[in-house]
Amino acid sequence: MLANFLEYEFLRNTFFTGIIIGIIAPLLGTFVVVRRLSLLADALSHVTLAGIAFGLLMEKKTGSPFFTPFYSGVGFSVIGSVLIERLRSVYKAFQELSIPIILSAGVGLSVIFISLANGFNTDLYNYLFGSVSAVSRQDLYSIIIIAVIVCVVIFLFYKELFLLSFDEEHANVTGIHGKAIHFIFILLKALVIAASIRIVGVLLVSSLMTLPVAASIRIAKGFKQTIIYAIIYGETAVILGLISGYYLEIPPGGTIVMLLIILLILTIISKNVTNRLKERKHRANNEVIE
Amino acid sequence: MGNTIVNMKNVSFHYGSRQALSNINFQIKQGDFTGLVGPNGGGKTTLIKLILGLEKPTAGEITIFDTPVQKYKQKSKIGYVSQKANSFNRGFPATVAEVVAMGLTAKLGYFKRLSKEDKRKIKQAIEQVGMAEYTHENIGNLSGGQQQRIFIARALVSEPELIILDEPTVGVDAENVEKFFDLLHELNKQNITLLLVTHDIGTMTQHANQIVCLNKTLHFHGKPSSFQSLSKEQLSDYYGHPLNLVTHQH
Repeated sequence: MLANFLEYEFLRNTFFTGIIIGIIAPLLGTFVVVRRLSLLADALSHVTLAGIAFGLLMEKKTGSPFFTPFYSGVGFSVIGSVLIERLRSVYKAFQELSIPIILSAGVGLSVIFISLANGFNTDLYNYLFGSVSAVSRQDLYSIIIIAVIVCVVIFLFYKELFLLSFDEEHANVTGIHGKAIHFIFILLKALVIAASIRIVGVLLVSSLMTLPVAASIRIAKGFKQTIIYAIIYGETAVILGLISGYYLEIPPGGTIVMLLIILLILTIISKNVTNRLKERKHRANNEVIE
Repeated sequence: MGNTIVNMKNVSFHYGSRQALSNINFQIKQGDFTGLVGPNGGGKTTLIKLILGLEKPTAGEITIFDTPVQKYKQKSKIGYVSQKANSFNRGFPATVAEVVAMGLTAKLGYFKRLSKEDKRKIKQAIEQVGMAEYTHENIGNLSGGQQQRIFIARALVSEPELIILDEPTVGVDAENVEKFFDLLHELNKQNITLLLVTHDIGTMTQHANQIVCLNKTLHFHGKPSSFQSLSKEQLSDYYGHPLNLVTHQH
């Protein structure tokens, strides 16, 4: 089954991209989830869609190579993440308000750009739900660069990001530059979203950041273990999802996310079963003692 | 007496036009166990923020280890256990060892990772608070009192000379409060200076060697025994409302 993926270049690009985002999305996703920012990823992905629509429009109107949908998607995503932070400080008591504001702005802009270009048909469909054939060699190179940046920054700032996620107040007391670190973090988030959209699509990109973590958090001990398990979940779903999506002719966004949901349900059930068994054993032991 | 660790001279602080603290003068010397008491809204947390350098005094001067607080950079010499330690996200996936390691973040500085020596210190800090068997347990699975011990260990791991605790026993049951104070007493014996904000005046007067009572201004500064011998009227006057002083006698 893998043979096809390695034989054709477009599939190879997709496969390598999948493996990369299967690592970086859950890696960053762990920090996003524990900071309770899961929904913000969703808002950002819709802003990225506006950027992609803008890029497609410019590509169509000007033919300029500087406005590829990928780069304008990254640009909008970064600007969107900065705006979300601004809004969060404007509405301190209603921080979640920044989500519908930015999300609807993203969708609104997308609709305008799409209609200005008189529709994009298949291209847009691929951006919404992901595609196994949409990754060009250029895209793959950009995604590799993004992945290297994300991994290096997280490696370098791991302990600061961890402290900031756990206890922002304490981080500030100890003299860490919380605001700067947080800014770096939201830039990374924007980059990861832009990189993942090619494969899982705008509508499902946040799930690749959050679902693996949701499953891993049920069984992991500690933060590092949560990250490692999340990557294993993410990678499993991406690889199987890409292959099954290709053979079933379904956009991979759908197959990857449904695989993640299945993995999540299996994890929750098995955790509950083991918990119950432990309890029963515990009770039995107590009875013997009595 | 030991060296002066915290020195406040004529310190005042305003939030906008509202005066929170007015003309505060007191010192904390090395080895002191200071109890900071006073009514809610009396400025206790503000005072701590000033000492930690999170807020700037509107007037007056604060020195930490003889350095003006705004210029004081060696933050690892001060450990801080906040009130909020009780209300962190309990589902957060972090082991006890990972939480305690956070205490070294600032001391190590950027781009540095934990050395073997640091890991030994982490282990030692966890042992010091009597939680060694929980080292690899998720922090969320521990009780409130146990979590508070872990936050003490997090403060201890950077080998501070002063530990500031802001109402650390809120939400901890009576038996564990007692044990918690025993632990603080142990630390104090090891020459760690403690500044503790608390509502529990009774327990406080047993352990501290000086009491500071704050309600916008400094109402009392002295030995616990003289604080206990204050009349009910005087205390009510300081607190701005009647107060029943519960004392624990052993």
